[in-house]
Amino acid sequence: NISVVLMTFKLSLFRFIVKRLFSTSHSSVDSKEMKKFQLLAHKWWDEEGEYAALHSMNDIRVPFIRDTLLSMSSNYHLGNPLSGIKILDVGCGGGLLSEPLGRLGASVTGIDPVEDNIRTADRHKSFDPVLAKRIQYKSSSLEEIVEESMETFDVIVASEVVEHVADLEMFIKCCSQVLKPDGSLFITTINKTQLSYVLGIVVAEKIMGIVPEGTHEWEKFIPPEELEHLLESNGFLVKTVKGMLYNPLSGSWSWTESMSLNYAVHAVKAGAQPTDTPPETDIQQPSATAGTAG
Amino acid sequence: LGHDIHFHDKKIALLEAGPRKDYDHLPDSYSNRVSSISPGSATLLSSCGAWDHVCSLRLKPFRRMQVWDACSEAMIVFEKDDLDDMGYIVENDVIMSALTKQLDAVADRVEVFYRSKAVGYTWPLPSHSCDTSPWVQVELADGRRLQTKLLIGADGHNSVVRKEAEIQNIEHQYDQSAVVATLHLSEATDNNVAWQRFLPTGPLALLPLSDTASSLVWSTSHDHALELLAMDEETFVDSINSAFWSNINHSEFIDTAGAMFRSAISLLKPSGTAVRQLPPSVAKVDPESRAMFPLGMGHATEYVQHRVALIGDAAHRVHPLAGQGVNLGFGDIACLAHHLSAAAFNGSDLGSLKHLLKFETERQRHNVSLIAATDVLKRLYSTTLAPLVLLRTWGLQATNALPPVKVRSHFSE
Repeated sequence: NISVVLMTFKLSLFRFIVKRLFSTSHSSVDSKEMKKFQLLAHKWWDEEGEYAALHSMNDIRVPFIRDTLLSMSSNYHLGNPLSGIKILDVGCGGGLLSEPLGRLGASVTGIDPVEDNIRTADRHKSFDPVLAKRIQYKSSSLEEIVEESMETFDVIVASEVVEHVADLEMFIKCCSQVLKPDGSLFITTINKTQLSYVLGIVVAEKIMGIVPEGTHEWEKFIPPEELEHLLESNGFLVKTVKGMLYNPLSGSWSWTESMSLNYAVHAVKAGAQPTDTPPETDIQQPSATAGTAG
Repeated sequence: LGHDIHFHDKKIALLEAGPRKDYDHLPDSYSNRVSSISPGSATLLSSCGAWDHVCSLRLKPFRRMQVWDACSEAMIVFEKDDLDDMGYIVENDVIMSALTKQLDAVADRVEVFYRSKAVGYTWPLPSHSCDTSPWVQVELADGRRLQTKLLIGADGHNSVVRKEAEIQNIEHQYDQSAVVATLHLSEATDNNVAWQRFLPTGPLALLPLSDTASSLVWSTSHDHALELLAMDEETFVDSINSAFWSNINHSEFIDTAGAMFRSAISLLKPSGTAVRQLPPSVAKVDPESRAMFPLGMGHATEYVQHRVALIGDAAHRVHPLAGQGVNLGFGDIACLAHHLSAAAFNGSDLGSLKHLLKFETERQRHNVSLIAATDVLKRLYSTTLAPLVLLRTWGLQATNALPPVKVRSHFSE
C-alpha cells in the first residue's frame, strides 16, 4: 500500500513537474495572446469585418512574396508561379494568407496554436478542391513541429505574428531549424515607436476599430533594427526591409519609405558553411547547440 | 481568359444557348447582322488570336464616316489623320466563327456547353461561417449542376443572370425599331466610307461590306419599320435612296442660318469645313435579308455583386446610332479580363468583390457618359422643331471645325 501511495505521489509529482515545465517552458506562444484570437475565430473570412485590414494586406504581401521568390528562381511558370515551393505559414489564423499562396501553386502548411482558427481555416479551404489538396493545417506552435520538420521548408511566412510571440529569439531559431539552407523568411510586423502607439493602438484599436481592441500590446512591438540584429545573429541574412502603410479611408495598403508603423522583412537563411570558415563561426557553434537543447 | 497565362490552371465553362457556329467556307451572301468594330475592339480580338481568323474570313475596313442632318446642310466627317482605318464592318457570324476557333484552341481550359440553358441559380449566402458551399450553383436544363467562384452574365439586355441576382435595371423602350438589310450598290466603288443621315424619324446608316455591297441599319418608328419590311424590293430601294438624297425636310430659314454659320467658321478656320462626299445609291436589296428588331436603352445600376459580374448588353443597352453597342461590350471584356488576370496572379479568390468593384467603377465611368450622350443625340435628332434643328446644326458644324473634339470621339476608342 505504501508503494502504491509512493507511486501515486511520484506520478503526481511527475505530473506537477511536467506541468510546471510546460507552463514556464521557453515557448514562443503566449497564452494570453491565444485567448484574444479565440474570441474572434469565426470572423476571419468576413472581408468587411474585423479582419478587413488583413484581407487587404494580401494585395501587397502576396505580390511581395511572389515576386521575391520569382526573382530568386530561374525556372518558373507564370501560370503557376509558386509551384513546387513548400511554405510554412506560422500563425496562419483563418488561412487568409495560406489560401492565395496555395492558389499560386505552393504547398502550404499552416500552423496556429488556436484550435478554433485551424478549424475555421480547414472548413474554408474544404470547399475548394484545389486548395484542399495544396494546404494542410495543423493546430500547433512552431516549437512543436521543429523536430519532425528539420530543414523541410523552402519558405517561412510569419505575417503579423512576431509582435504576439513571447520569446522572439527562440522563434527565430526555430524558423532557422525548419528552413532549408538558402530558404527565405518573410516577416511583417509593427515598429515600436511613438507613432505606432498613437496610430497603431489608440487610433486603430480604440478609435477607428480597424483592429479589434486589445489585439496588440505596444510593449511587444519590435523595431526593425532589433529584428534585423536578432535575425543576423541567428544565421540569417537580411535582404529587404520595407515600410508599409495602411490608408483607412480607402482600406488599402501601400509600400512606403518610412518604417515607423508597419514594415516587412525578407531574410535568407545562410547556406551550407564554406570550408574556410572565419574564427567567429567557432564561437557561434556552442550557442546554436544550446538553442536546440533549450 | 482561356488564353491568359495567369489562368493556366483555372477552369472556365461557357454556356451558349445557340448551336456551334463555325465556317468552313463562307456563304456567298452577306449576313444582315453586322457590327462596326472599333480599332480598340480589334486589338482585343487579336490579343486572343481571333482577329486573324476574322481577317481570313471577311471584313471591310472603313476610313471615313460622314454624318449629316436631314433638316439642314450640317455635316460632320470623322476620319483619322494618318489614313488609318477608323473601324471595320464585320458580320456577326464571322466574329462568332473566329471566336469558336480560338475557343477550340483552349478546350482544355474552357468547356463550351452548346445549346444549354441555365434554369436555376443558387447564390452563396453572405455569412461566412455557414456550412453550405460559398460558391454559385448553376442548374442546367438537362439536369447537370455546375458550381463556380465567379458567374459572368453576358446574356443580353434581357439578362436572366441580372434578374436572378436582383440587380436593378434602368430601362426605356424607344418607340423605334431598326430595319436591317443587305444592299447592292448601283456601281462598284472604293466603298470605304460609313454613311449616316439623321432623319426626323431616326438615323439611317449605310455600312460598307465590300466594293459592291453595303449593310443597312435604319432606325425608325415601329409602323414605318413594318411598312419597310412589307414593301416590295423596288419600293424599298427607292425609299432608301430618297431618304439619303431628299431635301424635303430643309427649311429656308435653317439653310440660311446654317450657311451663315459656315461662312463664319471658314473665316476663323479656313480648313474647318470638309468636303462633302456623295453617298452611293442603292440598286437592289438581297432577298430574305430584310429584318427588324426593337430598340431600347438600358443600364444596370450595378455591374457586380459578390461572385457575379455583368458585361455587354446585360449591363448596358444602347441605340445603334453610334455603332458602339458591341464595342462597349468588348471594352467591358478587356477591362474585366485585365482585373481578373491581375487577381489570379495575386492568388485572390476570383469572385471577390474587391477587384470586381474596380472593374465596375472603371466601366461605369466610361459607359454612362457614352450611353447618356447617345440617348441625348437620339432625342435631339428626333425632331424637326426649328430651334433644336438650329442648335444641332450649329453644334454639328462647330464640332466638324474642331479637329481635337472630333477625333477624340468614341470612334477612336
